[in-house]
Amino acid sequence: MLAALTTLLLCQLAGEVCVRWLQLPVPGPVAGMLLLFCLLLARGGPGDELKTTSQTLLGHLSLLFVPAGTGIVLHLARVGDEWLALLLALVLSTLATLLVTAWTMQWCRRFGGGDA
Amino acid sequence: MSTQPFGEIWVYLSASPLLGLTVTLLAYQAAHALYQRSGAHPLANPVLVAVAILVGLLQLTATSYETYFAGAQFVHFLLGPATVALAVPLYTQFRRVRSLLLPISAGLLAGSATAIASAVLIARLLDASPATQASLAPKSVTTPIAMGIAERIGGLPSLTAVLVICTGVLGAIAGGKVLSLARVHDPAVRGFALGVAAHGIGTARAFQVSEQTGAFAALAMGLNGLLTALLLPAIAGWLVK
Repeated sequence: MLAALTTLLLCQLAGEVCVRWLQLPVPGPVAGMLLLFCLLLARGGPGDELKTTSQTLLGHLSLLFVPAGTGIVLHLARVGDEWLALLLALVLSTLATLLVTAWTMQWCRRFGGGDA
Repeated sequence: MSTQPFGEIWVYLSASPLLGLTVTLLAYQAAHALYQRSGAHPLANPVLVAVAILVGLLQLTATSYETYFAGAQFVHFLLGPATVALAVPLYTQFRRVRSLLLPISAGLLAGSATAIASAVLIARLLDASPATQASLAPKSVTTPIAMGIAERIGGLPSLTAVLVICTGVLGAIAGGKVLSLARVHDPAVRGFALGVAAHGIGTARAFQVSEQTGAFAALAMGLNGLLTALLLPAIAGWLVK
């Protein structure tokens, strides 16, 4: 548990350093994810400890969004003024994104890409 | 034995991070219990319910978000290591990912562009202010990336965080049903679409369905985060008006 958490934090730290040093537009944790992925490729897979720890962490992924979501209290006035535009933009755009992504992938596979 | 008046205890507790952290965990567990008792009903989404409970509590006790966040930041911090941990399911599914390289690239490009352009243009049509449009633009990518992008293109990072969460909750609530209605049944495609449209919350939902769905959602979330971070600052100038 402890060693696996340290590995995750080290990857995040290395990611943050890379992003700042090379002035990349991506956030540190995403660079850290890519680093860990390359590490796993090189080592031929995660050990049991890293597997269990990441499953535990990802099993409660929803919880980690709660503090940022509660930040809506800072914007109640703006949301009150522009609620219709926000609501329609969020709902329609999310539906369109789901459908366009899924249909594009299915269309590509029908015309020769990927396994069945 | 003398006891301390409750008012004084409250003054102490409300200034310490302990309370914000504990209340966050309690609200989430209550929301999670409700979700399971409802038979995993999409409207009982645990993020939505937990946020509603916390907003109610903050309003009732007249506590500022800053005070609350001093405690809740310990939970918020774990988003970083959790994002890194997504590499593990990604690795497990890597063979399947490689065999689907073309559909994944095409789906990512089309989905990412749709997410950005449709959100901004709908808001613009309905006369939303430019700051609101810019805050909406990165709504489909995961919170830490979206906040960074919003800041660069003239949006309000904390509003973006909330819009990102709403998008995620919407995707988690409606995604499964919409994809089934659209006759999309392959778990890899379903997961990928959820990840592009609804980032980490969609991914969390996808992991509840199966490991394969979750891994493809995680992949989509990471790739869409990268692509949007590169694409959006370049096109925001003529999209947001």
